[in-house]
Amino acid sequence: MFLLIVIGSGLGGALLAPLLYRLRPSAAGRLLALLPAGFFLYFVALVRSLEAGKALTASFAWVPGLDFHLSFYVDGLSLLLALIISGIGTLVTIYAESYLAGDPLRGRFYAYLLLFMTSMLGVVLSGNVLALFVFWELTSLSSYLLIGFYHHQEDSRGAALQALLVTGAGGMALLAGLLLLGQVGGSYELRTLLLRGEEVRSGPLYPLLLGLVLVGAFTKSAQFPFHFWLPGAMVAPAPVSAYLHAATMVKAGVYLLARLSPVLGGTGEWQFLLPLGGVLTMGMGAFLALLQEDLKLLLAYSTVSVLGILVLLIGLDTTLSMQAAMVLLVVHALYKGALFLAAGAIDHATGTREISRLGGLVRFMPITTAALALAAFSMAGFPPLLGFISKELLYEAKLQAGSAAPFVTTAGVLANVFLVAGAGVLSVPFLFGRGLSVPRPPHEVPVGLWLGPALLAGLGLVIGLWPGLIDRTLVAPAVEAIRAQPTEVRLALWHGLNPVLLLSSGTILAGAGVFLLRHRVQQGGRWMAGLGRWGPARWYAVGLSGLDGLARVQTRWLQGGPLRQHVGIVLITTLGLVGWTFSGQLGGIHLPGWPPQVRTYEGMVVLMILGGIVATARASSRLTAVVALGVVGYGVALLYILFGAPDLAMTQFAIETLTVILFVLVFPRLPRFTLRSRPWQRGRDLVLALLAGAMMTGLVLAVVVRPFQSRLSPFFAENSVPLAQGRNIVNVILVDFRGIDTLGEITVLAVAALGVYALLKLCLDREVGGEESQ
Amino acid sequence: MMPSLILATAVRYLLPLLLLLSIFDLLRGHNAPGGGFVGGLVAAAAFALYALAFDVPQARRVLRVDPLQLIGGGLLTAAASGLPALLQGRPFMTAWWGPWLLPVLGKMGTPVLFEIGVYLTVLGVTLLIIFSLAEG
Repeated sequence: MFLLIVIGSGLGGALLAPLLYRLRPSAAGRLLALLPAGFFLYFVALVRSLEAGKALTASFAWVPGLDFHLSFYVDGLSLLLALIISGIGTLVTIYAESYLAGDPLRGRFYAYLLLFMTSMLGVVLSGNVLALFVFWELTSLSSYLLIGFYHHQEDSRGAALQALLVTGAGGMALLAGLLLLGQVGGSYELRTLLLRGEEVRSGPLYPLLLGLVLVGAFTKSAQFPFHFWLPGAMVAPAPVSAYLHAATMVKAGVYLLARLSPVLGGTGEWQFLLPLGGVLTMGMGAFLALLQEDLKLLLAYSTVSVLGILVLLIGLDTTLSMQAAMVLLVVHALYKGALFLAAGAIDHATGTREISRLGGLVRFMPITTAALALAAFSMAGFPPLLGFISKELLYEAKLQAGSAAPFVTTAGVLANVFLVAGAGVLSVPFLFGRGLSVPRPPHEVPVGLWLGPALLAGLGLVIGLWPGLIDRTLVAPAVEAIRAQPTEVRLALWHGLNPVLLLSSGTILAGAGVFLLRHRVQQGGRWMAGLGRWGPARWYAVGLSGLDGLARVQTRWLQGGPLRQHVGIVLITTLGLVGWTFSGQLGGIHLPGWPPQVRTYEGMVVLMILGGIVATARASSRLTAVVALGVVGYGVALLYILFGAPDLAMTQFAIETLTVILFVLVFPRLPRFTLRSRPWQRGRDLVLALLAGAMMTGLVLAVVVRPFQSRLSPFFAENSVPLAQGRNIVNVILVDFRGIDTLGEITVLAVAALGVYALLKLCLDREVGGEESQ
Repeated sequence: MMPSLILATAVRYLLPLLLLLSIFDLLRGHNAPGGGFVGGLVAAAAFALYALAFDVPQARRVLRVDPLQLIGGGLLTAAASGLPALLQGRPFMTAWWGPWLLPVLGKMGTPVLFEIGVYLTVLGVTLLIIFSLAEG
């Protein structure tokens, strides 16, 4: 179906992007932008056909045995987000072409960007929670690659890792929660789960399930206390910040909560936890935004705040609050996207992001600054912009929130006041300020860079003036999808004089006041922000370095020193555990009768092996030891032949030969062969070795006694020729019946070889001294 | 490496013979002892002997391909051998045999491709380690 083509072409585009860039560097960006543009048009067409209120579904088998299908479930909510993802994706792709002009890794950037876009689309279009999880993790992965794009900078790498670890840990919790949800709800398919809300909510596992899913959603959407990765991620290139951290990826958690609200919502826990987290995040984000001097950090914290508002609205769980949430989703994507892209353009043109040094920028960069200002006014909620409509809806929803209304509304007003002030901080200096002191001569940026911000900010104005463009076609279907009942949505600029208007105008006035007093506020706020030094970001850093320290201590204790010590610890542990089991559970050992029924040549081979062992232990030079060890190996291979395992014997012969060659190559690099242990140590090692050998012998003798009926051997023997067309059963098992195991094994081999190669190449001149390999 | 005339002369003849033996082992694996693992090890032993007798740069020249690329190519071949089954709508890695019987090579099918992938990977892995150790 067409949806599968969307995902497939997205992935294909991601794979081909570097190649395309290498072939046609100048046009690659524009050509690649056709892909998201195409998706956007497709989704617009879907909007028309979906107005009936039903969801579009499609399903492809992936792992049928686990009820894990690649299903799609497209309704108003999915389409709203899909349009945002593909629309802003197109603009960001075009923007990236100019922003990263001259960067040789641009092809790779496009690949990562397309991978991200496809996975994000997968998240919102998915109809199976397990498939949703796969795409969810893919967004975390591509976000890691994108944040760390400037990989030669250490803070980029650190920020990318931090984002990955936080969202990845949340992802683990989410997986557990989704698995529980599937168990309780009876299926992993969304269309089934959405009907089983009652059963899920009334089950005993509901609190655990809810908690796990919330951890997943909160980490992804940067809610307190998991918010700290988002400001850190600002080291990413501007298109990444605009796309991932404003418009799409951070909204994934919000989408998940909205999508699962029919199933998980409506309970006391839901209506308490979500607003709690939302209010905390909202307030903290707005306040911290005001204290920032870097343009991007201000935008990051205000994004955190808006995400808090979104979570709060979903937690309030009324039709009106969902309406407000959907409108806010659109508005925020538009103005934040515009703001981030404009900030990137300013950074690109002037070389700095410090607001204090960018006064009066409008004289040099009129278009960009105009777009910035327009978007900022939308953020502040000025009429006639869409932001105003959104703010009014917010207040209306909060006022009707029942018992929590006073608290929620007050908190909302406070946060919005700070957001207004923040919007002022990021626009007024550019328009009216003075004192431009920037590293590079400021100039207006090329079309590719101002098109995005201008378009997005302009849309905020246009839709504000004509809200009918989206209220019936986009917002209503989305709300209906969440609430599962038909809803009428009528957005308008003027609702008459009512408390909401009072609140919104009051907010703007108060915000302007805070803006004028901002230096006072910033001073006061800084000591509070200083508390943040002991906040979640600190726990993350402490946790990470603690893990490192623990690993170092444990490795030095267990695996430091001579190899003999390490092997000794392993043997003693195994002896202890097996011995304990032996004494408790296994039956007696069946000793073979005397005299032993051994043929002459078998006995000779055994004697040869024993002789080799003694020679190895008593050797006075390395070469002797290795050769004697080789004799032991060949002896074992001979035993394999005698007992009917030719494949094993061939492999053993080859490995013994190669091992001898390997040792000969390593010898010149080792220190002189000396006796390093004292007699009592050698005695102790001898006892340990004998005990270990006795344990293995006893184990085998005890096992052999038990009746053993394998159904595998007859199956393989019978089916080897008809099913696999081969007479060598061992090989057939390796290559055909259990081929995937073998594929895994050779992958492990390859990784091990890469590890050895890396270790060898890293120890270029250093003496391999500390590790005695005796 | 101490230069040894006997080893050098012998290896010059042994190398092609051992390589032939390794391919023989590879192809007969399905119906008689052998297979991709042993074939790869024998071929690796051949090149390792060559490196012992002469030196590693010469052995690399005779090998012609970088061991890293052998590993990648081998893994790719092995994984790709499972794809024809997907195109036929069957689970990944279901064997698909050609109907024709080639004179020397016998039946051809995706398991043979998989064996070749294993061969290349094992060869690459072993030579990567041995060459890196020998070059120091």
